[in-house]
Amino acid sequence: MPKKFHIHTRETAPRFHPVGKYATVEFRENCAGSCRMCVKKKCVYNIFTENVLHMSAMQEPEYLYTCMSCFRCIQECTKGIFSRTINPDYRSLGDDYWRSDILHRLWYQAHMGKIPVSGAGYRGPFVATGFDSMWTDMSEIVRPTRDGIHGREYINTCFELSRRVPTLKFNEDMSLASSVPSILEVPIPLLFQPPADLIATDSVLLAAAKAAQTIGTLMFIDAGDYTEALAPYAQHLIPRLTVDNYKDHRALTGQSPAVELADAPGVENVLADLRGRHPEKTLLVGMPVDARAADRSLALAQADVDSLHFTADNHGKEVGSDNPRFLKEMIREIHLKLVEQSLRQKINLVFAGGIAMAEHVAKAVICGADGVAIDTILLVALECRLCYRCTKGLSCPVALDEEFDTDWAAQRIVNLVGAWHSQLIEVMGAMGIREVRRLRGEVGRSMWFEDLEREHFGPIFGERKVAGLGVS
Amino acid sequence: MSKENKRRKLPETRLAPSRFRNTIGKYTIKRSSSCTSCGLCAELCPYGVHPRYKNFGRPLRPVEHKCIGFACRSNDYYCIDRCPEQALTLRLNPVLETLGDYRWTAEMLLAHWEMAETGQLPVVGLEYDLGNSGGGFDKIRFQHPQPDAYLDIDDADIDMSIELNKRGDGRPRRSISIPCYGGGMSYGSMALSALVGRAKAAKALDTLTCTGEGGYPQEFVPYADYVITQVATGLFGVREETILYTPVVEFKYAQGAKPGLGGHLLGDKVTPEVAAMRETVVGSSLFSPFPFHSVYSVEDHKKHVDWVKEINPDVLVSVKVSTPTDVDMVAVGSYYAGAHIVHIDGSYGGTGAAPDIAKKNIAMPIEYAIPKVHQFLKEEGVRDEICLIASGGIRNAMDVAKAIALGADGAVIGTAEIVALECVRCGNCESGRGCARGIASTDEELGHMISEDYAAQRIVNMYMAWRKQWCALLRELGMRSIKELVGRSDLLVHLDYLEETERAGYKPAPQQHVII
Repeated sequence: MPKKFHIHTRETAPRFHPVGKYATVEFRENCAGSCRMCVKKKCVYNIFTENVLHMSAMQEPEYLYTCMSCFRCIQECTKGIFSRTINPDYRSLGDDYWRSDILHRLWYQAHMGKIPVSGAGYRGPFVATGFDSMWTDMSEIVRPTRDGIHGREYINTCFELSRRVPTLKFNEDMSLASSVPSILEVPIPLLFQPPADLIATDSVLLAAAKAAQTIGTLMFIDAGDYTEALAPYAQHLIPRLTVDNYKDHRALTGQSPAVELADAPGVENVLADLRGRHPEKTLLVGMPVDARAADRSLALAQADVDSLHFTADNHGKEVGSDNPRFLKEMIREIHLKLVEQSLRQKINLVFAGGIAMAEHVAKAVICGADGVAIDTILLVALECRLCYRCTKGLSCPVALDEEFDTDWAAQRIVNLVGAWHSQLIEVMGAMGIREVRRLRGEVGRSMWFEDLEREHFGPIFGERKVAGLGVS
Repeated sequence: MSKENKRRKLPETRLAPSRFRNTIGKYTIKRSSSCTSCGLCAELCPYGVHPRYKNFGRPLRPVEHKCIGFACRSNDYYCIDRCPEQALTLRLNPVLETLGDYRWTAEMLLAHWEMAETGQLPVVGLEYDLGNSGGGFDKIRFQHPQPDAYLDIDDADIDMSIELNKRGDGRPRRSISIPCYGGGMSYGSMALSALVGRAKAAKALDTLTCTGEGGYPQEFVPYADYVITQVATGLFGVREETILYTPVVEFKYAQGAKPGLGGHLLGDKVTPEVAAMRETVVGSSLFSPFPFHSVYSVEDHKKHVDWVKEINPDVLVSVKVSTPTDVDMVAVGSYYAGAHIVHIDGSYGGTGAAPDIAKKNIAMPIEYAIPKVHQFLKEEGVRDEICLIASGGIRNAMDVAKAIALGADGAVIGTAEIVALECVRCGNCESGRGCARGIASTDEELGHMISEDYAAQRIVNMYMAWRKQWCALLRELGMRSIKELVGRSDLLVHLDYLEETERAGYKPAPQQHVII
């Protein structure tokens, strides 16, 4: 039996207290002092037990971080001195897209390496923008691919970055006539890409490279950021070069299995040049997700390129547009254009920007991506709070701007990716899809808000009069 | 009046106060030290916010959840103004921002606690019909009724019962007195007293509750005629006698909150009793696989149904499935395999533990699935022979009514029953010792916080309050029976499908920003 791909996660505690959601408020002056029934002693989660030690060490009290919101202290205190509020730090965490609950879940996954599981039903809005206006489908009518929980370990999450051979040609003696390029396969549809605007110190890059090696994936890296410390991981790096500087980084290019060139006029010639020098290397072209992306991908698909790598902004939005579309729509556009021109099978598409949750990986693939690249997440795994202080030249509240233990950091990233991998398998198992490559562009395994409304509410309520999702 | 419409004896509602000494209300009232304990507030307040005992002169803590708040200002008994010492202050309870979420708002939770306590609709101004989710039920409203349709009849004369067996196949014609029954909750995931309380409530209400997949504890036997035996993929606790006890067997193919994933009881909850019941090992996590490994086609499913029917000649069969695109086909297949009830469970439903990714992303919300299945069964010409039950994200009485108007016969309720037992929806049902509030826990301490009578009475109370809402609605629509409402989607409007002027005539969908 072939070896199964498995990501080994290990509980890896954060260095700082994660920002908790709740803060307990006590009105001490009303406390009876020694009523002997103090709820603090009875806390089911023991959040008050260590509190005295925290106080004596002049630390922030732990219950700011660990309250589970059961309301029992509030409801059982004999004097009713407890109340609760949302931790103001939690409130200001992240932004509209990277919401505090998303960050919280990501930290949990980086810490524990487990799928976030909770009780009670879904708590969020009925529908929301971006990836939240589509659902993955599952089938009750069982397919042969469907083995449920016992078959999950056989679900394949590999994807390829290397060139595809559309059809094989054979000689008369049935020997292979087509030249088959070397295959660059990545075990999960997830690449790494250091975030553009946030902290990218040597420690961060080294930690991400270590994690990429452990998992077996690849990391994009600007050629200028490459240091000697990264040399042992060169097999897991994709240097990002430009048409102007690609000749300056020959040593790095020689070690890495793939090279990316930024899209620019004349990139086709450089590709041809690189192909001539390194026929075994996978060549990618990187470009922003913008209005030109679909047309450029058509043009490039006809050139000698193996994969295209698109980057949207940090919120998954189209770049350089006054009315930006979301990644979901952009992937559809690019994918479908290539399908129409019968070019989709020739190349692989990788999308980055705004991939914030495990479900985004599955949904991006359903929309038509072969894989995604995660960027901001790499820092969030290292406790980043997305306060963006670093972009203003200020210090980092979780000291990512200083040197840190890269083994610890790499394990946090491995944990997070491990948890995502498990979740990808969960949804694929539910969808009855056994290979992530077969999920690509498989919109039949998804349901979209507009379609559901039209098909099921249309016959009852008539025509929809509100544009979009009807949510503010 | 038809024979069917004869008055049923409604169960008694009795006060079932909170288990906790400090209740959570929409408003808080603080009494300062300038209070002289004159007792005027206690005399004035008709809602009982200021309790006072005859032989105890000291002021007591106000019962905050009874306070109607600023709406009281215009009353001459408004304690805040009348207090001679100005010792009372009233404000919105700031703790509410930490309670609830988009689907179950803080006010919806408070209102259901109040209903469960009193059996009446809340007097305090709370929005309990609409959540904050911005879609689905929260945007669907009943059309303004025609004034001449109004039927001036008593609540007791309105028929809320629904038929479970419409096949006419010689099996018992079972009806339940309210258009709801209890969802499956397993022995092991829940405190036993809460489960038995639910069964007791089901008996009082003349409806059903469901074992979930965890076996059939002996404590259910006195209520056996009101308990559905669930047969799920792990077959935990399924024995011949549990099929024989029960009026309805439910095959659970999938659960809305985690369709396609099977069940998972974490090791912490597998106590010696639970392990004995399920015939497994103490402390070891239990998986219910997905799917039934003996069912890979409708024919296989029919074989299952036939087995059960053979074992118990009087049993009805329900088939619980989730809501994928092909849910309509599944429903029809279930009918032809001999099911009496098709139970569709939408993706936003409750659970004791599910991966967050599954709760939000797999399968469609129930609002879409009900009309889809209803319509398809009608086109197949079998709608009148099957009972269509919906669940998963049906939170309150009006959601039930809307689900019925969309095409369901009735609903299965899980979360609301738990909320009646004072769940705060913190979502920590599965971790460590389980529910800190003693509902979903088998912990040796936490699992005993609830008494059966408390649980039963709170659930009865909540349903009786819901019944009042249904009755008020049916009266306005001129209907005598909830059965007349089935599939009457012409009575519904969806705010996003109305012109702006028309939309203004309806209560807007709440759109607060909630921190979750």
